[in-house]
Amino acid sequence: MDRSEVVVKVRDLHKRFGELEVLKGIDMDVHRGEVVVIFGRSGSGKSTLLRCVNFLEDPTRGTIEVAGMALGGGHRTRRKREQIRSLRLHVGMVFQQFNLFPHMTALENVIEGPLTVKGSDPDQARGRGMELLARVGLATKADEYPIRLSGGQQQRVAIARALAMEPDVMLFDEPTSALDPELTGEVLAVMKSLATELHMTMMVVTHEMGFAREVGDHLAFFHEGLILEQGTPEQVFGNTRFQETKTFLEAVL
Amino acid sequence: MVRSERMALASARIPFNGKVAVVWIVILAAISFFFAVAGFDLGWMREQLGYIAGGLRFTMQIAVSGIVLAVILALLGALGRLSSNPIAYGVSGFYTSFFRGTPLIVQMFLIYLALPQVGINLAERYPGLPEGFNDALVLEATVAGILALGLNYGAYMTEIFRAGIMSVGHGQTEAAEALGMTYRQRMRRVILPQAYRVIVPPTGNEFIAMMKDSALVSFLGVTAASAEIFRRAQLVGKADFKNLEALLVTAGLYWVLTAVFTTFQSRLEARLSRGFVRTVGGH
Repeated sequence: MDRSEVVVKVRDLHKRFGELEVLKGIDMDVHRGEVVVIFGRSGSGKSTLLRCVNFLEDPTRGTIEVAGMALGGGHRTRRKREQIRSLRLHVGMVFQQFNLFPHMTALENVIEGPLTVKGSDPDQARGRGMELLARVGLATKADEYPIRLSGGQQQRVAIARALAMEPDVMLFDEPTSALDPELTGEVLAVMKSLATELHMTMMVVTHEMGFAREVGDHLAFFHEGLILEQGTPEQVFGNTRFQETKTFLEAVL
Repeated sequence: MVRSERMALASARIPFNGKVAVVWIVILAAISFFFAVAGFDLGWMREQLGYIAGGLRFTMQIAVSGIVLAVILALLGALGRLSSNPIAYGVSGFYTSFFRGTPLIVQMFLIYLALPQVGINLAERYPGLPEGFNDALVLEATVAGILALGLNYGAYMTEIFRAGIMSVGHGQTEAAEALGMTYRQRMRRVILPQAYRVIVPPTGNEFIAMMKDSALVSFLGVTAASAEIFRRAQLVGKADFKNLEALLVTAGLYWVLTAVFTTFQSRLEARLSRGFVRTVGGH
């Protein structure tokens, strides 16, 4: 694995919702196999960054480059929509609210992308889907509908669903914020295993500072639409430079 | 005082449904008495029942074809109303506005009588048009009726389909998009399978309403061979001067038909809401 390869390159990213400028110029490189943890107060723009990376939001200015393909904002022509779609094939996303498809079983959720989007062979997709469910510890729940699963189990299925597309980078948008405290551990453990065993490239928005310290390679503190402070966990936790970061860390730790 | 209290207590022991049944029996008895007094020809009604009921085939044919057309148009209309494409939005807006803004019977006559005239005029003015062009716009009465019913109901049902699609949370759209699905894949695989729980029950109601509105087709002068029940009633009623009897038979047939389908409908509704609880509700 080439750790020097840049998988996600964000340049001069701005995002404005009407009067409100949520992102005011973000530059970020995410290298292959790297786990970037993004944290900061709510409204600081961290989720918006993730949503811009797979174009759930259109950047107002700046570019996103994933796997060598650079795209900017602007009007969604047919060509642009196609480009966005092929970019998304390189990006897996895990949502705060899981967003599993309620009319499909766990396994059907996982194989939906490969079958519908990639046109994979059904038998192969099922086999691979079962492997992924086993990886997130839910092989026995393959035929359950989401409603019969706990929040933590649903989120693990959602992770398997994103992995099934074999993305170059996984985005986690506050993956444990909607969970009861006793269920966050199982989700964080799965995420950690992706990092340590699969060397998955990940961008994680979270308030779980234990996870950030233990699994994160690079931490970025968002403040009012900008990256105020960033570095390795040692640098950010051990040698905090900004008062805003200190205040935030004291509040969440 | 004491007596009325005793009555109230006795009444309280009879279940509500039992009382309602008594009310129905009384109404039906009154109607039967009225029939007997008014000298309705029950024998004739019994005799003609078979012939009139034979039209049920065509009534159902019209209603089923009409609802199929309406469902297709309502789906397209709803997708148009939810589209950011100005052409799709504009066309569906015009469609729903016109077909909701004019009477169904007028639409039937427009399609049945006005279209052939348009064909003749165009063929005269533009001789280059392919031969048989004007004939293509001459429709059989039943076909014109089905088209009008489908177009009209489709316009109303656009709202049902739109609401159904909108009832599926935005997170579902985002999850589908994040997987790289196209608009078509997202609709077919994720949104519509969830929307149908909201769409099916009111669509059943529309179908029941359409079975009754199929009677309007008789005004277009359907031939006796393919006459639905109302047309058949008019034909035999006029021939034998038994108009009231014939109409009563037809009304009864419509009533039975809607009662049967309403039962289906409420079962379907119950089943769908069970599914909804299982797959979408809380724990």
